[in-house]
Amino acid sequence: MTITVPRPKLNWRERLYLPAIVAGLAITFKHFKNLLLGRTKVTMQYPEQKWDTNLPDYYRGAPALVRDEDGRVRCVACQLCEFICPPRAIKIIPGEIPSEDRFAKVEKYPEAFDIDMIRCIFCGMCEEVCPEQAIFLRKDYAITGYTRADMVHHKEKLLEIGGVMHGVVLKWNKKK
Amino acid sequence: MDSFFVITSLLKIVGILFIVILPMVSYAVYAERKVSAAIQDRLGPNRVGPAGLLQPIADMFKLLLKEDFTPRAANTFYYWLAPCLAVMPAIITIAVVPFGSTLFGVPMVIADVNVGILFVFAIASLGVYGIVIGGWASNSKYPFLGGIRSSAQMLSYELSLGLAVIPVFLLVGNLRLTSVVRYQIEHGWFIAPFIGDWTNPWKWLLAIPMIVSFLVFTIAIFAETNRLPFDLPEAEQELAGGYNTEYSSMKFSLYFLGEYAAMITGSAVIVTLFFGGWHFPAIPDGSHGWIFGLINIAVFFAKVAIIIFFFMWVRWTLPRFRYDQLMRLGWLFFFEIALVNIFIVAAILPFIQS
Repeated sequence: MTITVPRPKLNWRERLYLPAIVAGLAITFKHFKNLLLGRTKVTMQYPEQKWDTNLPDYYRGAPALVRDEDGRVRCVACQLCEFICPPRAIKIIPGEIPSEDRFAKVEKYPEAFDIDMIRCIFCGMCEEVCPEQAIFLRKDYAITGYTRADMVHHKEKLLEIGGVMHGVVLKWNKKK
Repeated sequence: MDSFFVITSLLKIVGILFIVILPMVSYAVYAERKVSAAIQDRLGPNRVGPAGLLQPIADMFKLLLKEDFTPRAANTFYYWLAPCLAVMPAIITIAVVPFGSTLFGVPMVIADVNVGILFVFAIASLGVYGIVIGGWASNSKYPFLGGIRSSAQMLSYELSLGLAVIPVFLLVGNLRLTSVVRYQIEHGWFIAPFIGDWTNPWKWLLAIPMIVSFLVFTIAIFAETNRLPFDLPEAEQELAGGYNTEYSSMKFSLYFLGEYAAMITGSAVIVTLFFGGWHFPAIPDGSHGWIFGLINIAVFFAKVAIIIFFFMWVRWTLPRFRYDQLMRLGWLFFFEIALVNIFIVAAILPFIQS
């Protein structure tokens, strides 16, 4: 389909371009004046003002391991999250729960669980794939450190960020 | 040689160049960032120092400490020479501009040559060399193209630059810049020649070619300093290259600051020719006391600052010209308007002088 674009002939005032330029200058000057008079409130001064209270529920921050209400570390070291993590940021060394322990039915626990935050891309696939509801993505986004070794979160740090999660499915408890 | 003259000239050179112009260039970069931010509804740099005023110092440290390399294929002598050639015309031209009246009897202009404006045009033409040599010596496609385009643009607008201000000198009678300022003090600023002589109809008629002359000269200064809307040689940086692609650290900063220094010099010439230089109505010149000499210098720099703000304001308002539109404007439109303008003022001239 050929469409003819209408090209109107400009009258002499429009061809001079000066009135259009002056109108444009007036618009930009209005923006300049509004900023100087303090009427523009677009910029957020970052460290002093943050938007953490407005983060949506599904915001993907740093990953964390959780405990349930009995105090058990919910992770059973199945290594599914390690398998699915796209940048291979998670490293798990599984260990055996001794048979005298209260939770001997579970049989496996993570002896070491490292997430390298430099590699983590905050995609949330580990949270999606975990069959035990053990790893969740929290709301903090500013992870910093001075060396690369500082930026690896070990199991204690992950448990500390995670805390206790209520309302998870307790599938390893005794049935009634 | 009179030693008093030598000592005062040296003081003026050091004072104006190192204490006023070079800091002004660095803070012009800061001002550009703040003004452009204000026009775009955001804040500019406001973390380094109070309201970001130490930002140019931080930038200076960054640029000094960057790795300074020379590409192996580049022609080393010309590669090192080109940024210096880009900065030099802007700084030399400021020598003939009168930035004040007199201070303790010493006239506030470094070199009051009687071919003032010819000196300005001659040295401004040297500015093309910096870009052409920089583009050619980098030995790479994109700087070459950027350099060629920029040199063609600057050459074509130098014509309009020269022709546009001939009406001013027709009225004044000689080419000395201090005479231009003296004439404007007696007869009203050239941008509005009817001030002070409200009843003369020829003065009102003179305002039209004077405003045209001001507009053509200002637009030609935009094109000479490669500022928007004529900044195609620089905009190539966003697209591909531009003449300063292969430059790093101090050489790049020389090009960059040279552009701002050329903008300041261009503003100074515009203020001298059209806005009355250091004159402000009801403030006498420095022969009545050193305090007035200082006030005149301050008035001059305030006017230059306003014109610099205008340069930045236009930059963030207009889109840039396509190269063929730019060349067409320079050769067909502004050239003819400047020529016709000369004839009109020459026709009005006998009635003004009677």
